Amino acid sequence: MNIGLTLFGQTIAFIIFVAFCMKYVWPPIMTALDERKKKIADGLAEAERGFKQQELAERDAEHKISEAKQQAADILNQAQKRANEIVENAKSDATEEGNRIKEAAHAEVEKEVHRATEELRTRVSVIAVAGAERILKKEIDAGAHRDMLEELATQI
Amino acid sequence: MASTITSSQYIQHHLTNWTYGRHPDGHWGFAHSAEEVAEMGFWSIHVDSLLWSFSLGALFLFVFHRAARSMTAETPGGMQNFVEWVVDFINDNVRGSFSAKNDLIAPLALTVFVWVLLMNLMDLVPVDWIPWLAGQFGHFALGMDPHHVYFKIVPTTDLNITAGLAVAVFVLMIYYSVKIKGLGGFLGELSFQPFGKWGLPANLLLEGISLISKPVSLALRLFGNLYAGEMIFILIALLYSGGILWGTLGGFLQLGWAIFHILIILLQAFIFMVLTIVYLDMAHQHH
Repeated sequence: MNIGLTLFGQTIAFIIFVAFCMKYVWPPIMTALDERKKKIADGLAEAERGFKQQELAERDAEHKISEAKQQAADILNQAQKRANEIVENAKSDATEEGNRIKEAAHAEVEKEVHRATEELRTRVSVIAVAGAERILKKEIDAGAHRDMLEELATQI
Repeated sequence: MASTITSSQYIQHHLTNWTYGRHPDGHWGFAHSAEEVAEMGFWSIHVDSLLWSFSLGALFLFVFHRAARSMTAETPGGMQNFVEWVVDFINDNVRGSFSAKNDLIAPLALTVFVWVLLMNLMDLVPVDWIPWLAGQFGHFALGMDPHHVYFKIVPTTDLNITAGLAVAVFVLMIYYSVKIKGLGGFLGELSFQPFGKWGLPANLLLEGISLISKPVSLALRLFGNLYAGEMIFILIALLYSGGILWGTLGGFLQLGWAIFHILIILLQAFIFMVLTIVYLDMAHQHH
């Protein structure tokens, strides 16, 4: 084994190969790798952001749901109150109406009683006059004795 | 093959490169024997080593360049996936070991790792296959004696190849040391550490040795590991000529060693890359 020109041949080849590798092989590969690395990093950041946004949206949704629930409860309460109110109103209306009807009936009855009394009174006075006529067997001047008769009638 | 030649001839044959060089008488041509190769000395080119080395390097660049051209940031498929995996691995290593900023280091590390790995991987091809094919080709197409056709297919078992890489790394180390720290800074580092200016000769000696030992160890480590591995494959292959019993044993041994050797192949490529990065990182550091 002797050292010879082969060594220099190899050295020259080495230099050429390294130069070629440095110019045409390494840079494009590194560029692509870096580009992919960046892409992946971007993708991850995007995903992170998406995740955060989802979380935010979830929280928002939860908030809205609870708000809606609150609102629904409020509405329900109000409705309940209103219903109670209506029922109360209706009750009082009904009572009033009932009272009114009762009063009207009362008045009617009273009126009826009054009329009957009046009628009775006139009739009684007539009967009394007729009775008196018969008793006295003589004409009584109805005009002259009206006051007395009326007084009589009121006493009945 | 071993039936007509002795074991040592067989081994010798496997350890000899296909060499083109200057014969002692001054004319250039292919060597026909190990002795002729030895006589050529410095003025020789190991054609097989360089052929495989260039081919594998070109294969690496071809595959990676094709993947790089059709690179997308979308879902990667097939080849791109594999290439990205390798590039990511290299990039992690460079980031972990190299603290300065230099766009050369990562492509350099990638080239070193994949290229050395591919060259090492040739060690897993059974030792006789391709040399035998080459011998047949030389015999029938070129009318050569197949015993004189030498064809080593593992470039990293050739010290020239590993040293060639180490020399390039060494030059880069010196270049960046001088560039980052200035010539004065670099020489100062060599002269005034670790003992201060009064221990200058000792400093120079120590630092000089530590500097030189870096490329030497880089080259020798890779060469030694692969050469030893290759040697064991060759020795195992010798068993095939010893009858069916030895041959079967050899088969199992070769399988076992190949499986274990995968580890060495990967590890050595990795170590070569990491040390390249670390040495260049040291060149970028002020002490």
